[in-house]
Amino acid sequence: MKKEILKLRGVKVHFPVQAGVFNRVVGHVLAVDGVDLDIFRGEVLGLAGESGCGKTTLGKAILRLVEPTDGEVKYISQDDDETELTSLEKKDMDPFRKKLQIVFQDPHSSLNPSFTIFGSLQDPLKKFGIKSKEERRKIIGDLLEAVNMRREYMDRYPHEFSGGQRQRIGIVRALCLEPELIVCDEAVSALDVSIQAQVLKLLMQLKKEKNLTYLFITHDLSVTEYLCDRIAVMYLGRIVELCVSEDLYNNTLHPYSEALISAIPVADLDKQTKRIVLEGDVPSPVNPPKGCPFHPRCPKATDICKTEVPTLKKYSTNGNEHYASCHLIDLPEIT
Amino acid sequence: MENKNNIALSVRDLKTFFYTNNRCNKAVNGVSFDVEKGKTLCIVGESGCGKSVTAATIMQLLPTLSRIEEGEIKFQKDDKIINIEKLEKNGKEMREIRGSDIAMIFQDPMTALNPVYTVGFQISENLKYHTNLNKKEIREKCISLLNDMGIPLPEKRVDEYPHSYSGGMRQRAMIAMAMACNPKILIADEPTTALDVTIQAQIFELMDKLKKENDTAIILITHDMGVVAELADNVAVMYMGNIVEAGTADDVLRRPTHPYTKALLESVPVLGRGKNQDINPIKGSTPDPYNRPIGCQFAPRCNWQTESCDVMPEITQINETHQVRCHKYEQFFEKYK
Repeated sequence: MKKEILKLRGVKVHFPVQAGVFNRVVGHVLAVDGVDLDIFRGEVLGLAGESGCGKTTLGKAILRLVEPTDGEVKYISQDDDETELTSLEKKDMDPFRKKLQIVFQDPHSSLNPSFTIFGSLQDPLKKFGIKSKEERRKIIGDLLEAVNMRREYMDRYPHEFSGGQRQRIGIVRALCLEPELIVCDEAVSALDVSIQAQVLKLLMQLKKEKNLTYLFITHDLSVTEYLCDRIAVMYLGRIVELCVSEDLYNNTLHPYSEALISAIPVADLDKQTKRIVLEGDVPSPVNPPKGCPFHPRCPKATDICKTEVPTLKKYSTNGNEHYASCHLIDLPEIT
Repeated sequence: MENKNNIALSVRDLKTFFYTNNRCNKAVNGVSFDVEKGKTLCIVGESGCGKSVTAATIMQLLPTLSRIEEGEIKFQKDDKIINIEKLEKNGKEMREIRGSDIAMIFQDPMTALNPVYTVGFQISENLKYHTNLNKKEIREKCISLLNDMGIPLPEKRVDEYPHSYSGGMRQRAMIAMAMACNPKILIADEPTTALDVTIQAQIFELMDKLKKENDTAIILITHDMGVVAELADNVAVMYMGNIVEAGTADDVLRRPTHPYTKALLESVPVLGRGKNQDINPIKGSTPDPYNRPIGCQFAPRCNWQTESCDVMPEITQINETHQVRCHKYEQFFEKYK
């Protein structure tokens, strides 16, 4: 039986836009605008979308690195205890910080250049009660070996490492408190292809060894398809499609996902498809279009799309649950 | 290759070195290729392999600490053949070629456009120096260029500053700038790396159209094998300053013969192959350019390395179009027969 680790209900993150002499609030950037999502224990959930669709903000909102404006983020422990994270006081959040960790996108800016690797990595261990230095060195050393780096590297400074190595240090940082869920925010996007493959393999191996759950945020659908069990596609702060990763490719329901998939260059001469070229750019999240947020760019848009906002409905493809929010889907809805 | 007149640009044995702190970085170390009219040549490689330096060398846009050591860059202008490497960097002839005959699109449209001038002004500069059009005609041409690039309301947009353009529109403005004088060669240095896939698709569509309509030769620099498969007619794979494999897209993608090309193709997940595809990372990382391996540059990361790899392999012509720089190419090529 699949057990949830996180339950998101109606999560919204709105950033105020200020202008004028008195910094009056003139509007809101609707970065994340009502997301419902369940993350199951032991799965890899991919979160895909173009830049500005709110995927990083959602990842950060889960860890309360950005405070959600509205909605619930529930953490469910292994013994089925539910805790609502968004209403907790800052200091009550601490035990959950240990369980939920993040790997950041840019390995160059996420390590402090004036500390050694050990200096940077020991702080969380200190905070969570590992008092003896020897023990801290042992934990970090063991993890460095687990990501195929040498134990001695912990006394070096970040500038001595290459991008791929730094990203692995970022993974060690996330792992050192033995978390249950890791949010990987574009963890491999800044790396060269040959290094990217190394990090992907490493992530999969660690998942097996340590029983981790990943929320894998990326714009690269080929990586998501390879790595993830389920994929959620976001557009303008909302999830437009959520399904098992094979189904996203084989039984695409939402026209946006379809266009996104067709736009990805495929390194295989036998698999070349016709690109669906979308007109224009992603609309501004300050002032999203009425009706379906995708309708101004959608090649299939009809009148209903201009007025009514579609909700995320449940369908079934290949016997798997398949959620999509579009008015134009022919399949019968499952309730 | 058969017809000499089809070749717009021919580079032979090009070497560009950088000198810093009394050390020498052989960024481009003996590169040869031809660019045909109306065809796209993709130069693929990881960061630091010298692909951008090759482009900068052709445009003579190298920084002061570097110079062209050896080699030839032959550019066919009308019926004359010009040796670009012999021209003075800021001389009259080079300035005439740069921007009008050979134009370039840079990677980052955010930094390549000047924020204090309007987009229209920046496009018209090119026309002012390279054509005899008067002010009014230049403005009309600017508007029609923006229109061709699919920018809405070009009459209004032409007077706007780059900050009011989105990323995709800036890149299109850059292409408009590059295409202003109908160049014979367009060099695009990672034109879509900073853009989203849906915008990338728009830019590719545009470049395809330009290639077909104007018979422009395109040199596309990229690190993405997917882009190569979609756009390339010819491919050159670079590693540590050398071309390790070159040929038509068919040659290189269907019959990769150099271990590095094979490894590159195997290291990226391909959309549509599902979860069970096998990806194989390349072991280690690219060597320090100041502390290179002797012999074959890829040897330390190669699974088929032998003693013979301590000597730099020569380029071998496998067939008319396909060439490779590896001692043991035969054992790979056998399989495709």
